[in-house]
Amino acid sequence: MAIRRGRGVAAINYPTGMNLGGDPTQALVHSTPTGNFMVTLSSVDLGQGMKQIMAQICAETIGVPTDRVVVDTADTDTGPHCMGTFASRGTHRAGNAVIQAAKEARQVMLEVAAEELEVNASDLETDGQGNILVKGAPQKSISIFDVALSAHFKRGRSISGRGMFLIPRSYPEKETGAMKPSTCYAHACTVAEVEVDDETGEVTVLTMKNVFEIGRALNPKMVEQQLVGGSWMGISHALYETTEPYYPNRDHGGTDFNQYLMPGPGDLAETEIIVLERPSADGPYGAKGPGEMCANPQIPAVANAVFDAVGVRIDTLPITPERILRALKAQAAN
Amino acid sequence: MELRKSYFADVRKDDLHEIGQPRPRSDSPGHVTGKTAYFADRNFPGMLHLKMVRSPHHHARIRSIDTSEAEKHPGVVKVLTAKDVPHNVYTILTLIQIGPEDETVLADGKVRWKGEAVVAVLAETERAAQEAAAKVKVDYEVLPAVFDMEEALKPGSPLVNEYHGHNYYSYDSGACRKVRFGDVEAGFAEADHVLEQSYQSSPIEHAPTETTGCVVAPEGNDRFTCYTNTQAMFFTLDNTSIILQMPGSKLHFVGGTVGGGFGGKVDVIVEPIAVLGAKLTGRPVSFIYSREEEMQISSPRAAEKVVIKDGVMKDGRIIARKVTGYTDAGAYSRHSPYGAQKGAGHYPGPYTIPNVWIDTYCVYTNRTPSSAMRGFGVTIGDFALEVQMDKLARLIGMDPLEFRFINAYRDGDMKAHRQPTEGAALIECMQEASRTANWPVAEKYMAMSSYVKGA
Repeated sequence: MAIRRGRGVAAINYPTGMNLGGDPTQALVHSTPTGNFMVTLSSVDLGQGMKQIMAQICAETIGVPTDRVVVDTADTDTGPHCMGTFASRGTHRAGNAVIQAAKEARQVMLEVAAEELEVNASDLETDGQGNILVKGAPQKSISIFDVALSAHFKRGRSISGRGMFLIPRSYPEKETGAMKPSTCYAHACTVAEVEVDDETGEVTVLTMKNVFEIGRALNPKMVEQQLVGGSWMGISHALYETTEPYYPNRDHGGTDFNQYLMPGPGDLAETEIIVLERPSADGPYGAKGPGEMCANPQIPAVANAVFDAVGVRIDTLPITPERILRALKAQAAN
Repeated sequence: MELRKSYFADVRKDDLHEIGQPRPRSDSPGHVTGKTAYFADRNFPGMLHLKMVRSPHHHARIRSIDTSEAEKHPGVVKVLTAKDVPHNVYTILTLIQIGPEDETVLADGKVRWKGEAVVAVLAETERAAQEAAAKVKVDYEVLPAVFDMEEALKPGSPLVNEYHGHNYYSYDSGACRKVRFGDVEAGFAEADHVLEQSYQSSPIEHAPTETTGCVVAPEGNDRFTCYTNTQAMFFTLDNTSIILQMPGSKLHFVGGTVGGGFGGKVDVIVEPIAVLGAKLTGRPVSFIYSREEEMQISSPRAAEKVVIKDGVMKDGRIIARKVTGYTDAGAYSRHSPYGAQKGAGHYPGPYTIPNVWIDTYCVYTNRTPSSAMRGFGVTIGDFALEVQMDKLARLIGMDPLEFRFINAYRDGDMKAHRQPTEGAALIECMQEASRTANWPVAEKYMAMSSYVKGA
């Protein structure tokens, strides 16, 4: 009887969006009288940080610092339509809608600035700090604050924009299944290293090395928290979680966090996250959806590592000590 | 976390001001100090609490419902049954023309899973609602139930859901969603080895910190504001409008800040009945799932069974793959027909295989209806595919990582569902994993690229 070590690898891709149902999201952007920008959505922030990402996308597109942007989610009296927050679509779909709305608002802003500076709007650029400059003559400039005041109180302009991102629904072809279920794909490859106690069937995940390709990391810190959390969830799926431990038997389901097993802080593997960026052609600043993909590769990587360690295949999730012991017993009997 | 900027540097702009910056999240100070307002922080004078009477049986006919004792219980204001719901039979995806309507808001004549909502009790306090719910008498005739997907698909098995007429969802392609690419049987005939394996998962709970729920307040102008933690505002508003036969203009949904979802909050379960309660009593209504309800009543991730048969050559090329996927929807559709179909579009994974045959079934059983969860239609498939890849590699005596390089899709490769591959990056992820995990592969694999000349 011994503690045995093994490692396993898995590689995956993951689709962004839900074209099989049609996939619209809309956004509105408008300036306040002093040149702050309000993004109005009815997309939901589930804790993944959608508000922050939409603020950064709007700020980048208009040319202001992120703290000049406020994001309003989600009120059906004020927010335009969004399909919802799922299918790894939030950043990708809402982000594209916000870019379109912000571009339209930026154009109005530059037109007002052009009137104030008596130049053509096409000769203007933003400095990202809250100012609009004449290209090649940066000493000739106006603050966005003053542009907004002019628009609201002097020129009767609304610095605002409408954004829409719609992927038309894909109807699968009946006989061949030809379909376009999504636009872009994120990718990952994970290597898990485990220890299996062949006497108790217990698995300890030692290291989880995750490489993710997500288009663009719009906010690297938030990407990191998403990917670390997802890696934990993958371990949890692989080894612990189920509402029906003896499926299809309905009994023994957990009803609270004492009975529903998940790994605690002491069970967390040493986690490494590496991110590659291949911008997607249709993503906002190249972003793909990393939200769901990041919890998937750990599950087969752990299963493969368990085999590498003790030579039994557990093809039923979760990979519990009981299943491992039964498999080891069967292996010994043969 | 490390960003490896050397990959794909030629196709990326890195000179942006706000994008790519690790700005702190504006809402996190509120979250970590407990100041963020969630839906359950709304409290209104005169607010009622809603509790559900739920089926103790997996499958039963309802002979009669007696609510008289519950109505007399101190603090009880209203008791609702199926006849109070204007359009009681619904399905969430009806908005995108996916039917039939197959689920009841409150059970009518029959229950199809243990925990199904039968009677809603509205009372001044949670305790009064709970106590009164225990006094509702429902006379059931227990019916045979089916829990196993293979059993459910056999002729003569108990019929779970009459609105479908059989224990599987009917696609326009028949009992399953099909993908056909190349000639899979010819591929198997040519293969050096054929391996067929089955994989199985069990249902999984989303386990969000904040349980599902909503608080509804009459606005005083014939409109109702619903504070909710739904993941899809207009899905929920529009379905509520259909179920209550109420113009959408009478509904105002407020949400947007949610304590974890992972797909568990895309079903439209709590809002319609809470709005109905507010409408019929003229008072605010709170309906919040207990942790037990969250774990046993709210939709889990479906259990899935995946059968994969592969034909592989000694040199590592997979030349044929046949996948049959079964998704256990439980008693009602919710989003499951969509998930099973998404699975068909996902197989055979990120690999280029010339002959592919896929069938995915959405199966009805007498268990808690399953629905969306992080990785919907894909997560369990990836488990099955990637364990299968490991087995195939070992079968032909090849390193599992090198085996994946041989089959990895690249730009321009045609996928089984007939879309050319764009923006591939699997090879680069595997190259980086090889370096990071110190798992060396042959130099020729490290020299590969997802870019293909002329693609």
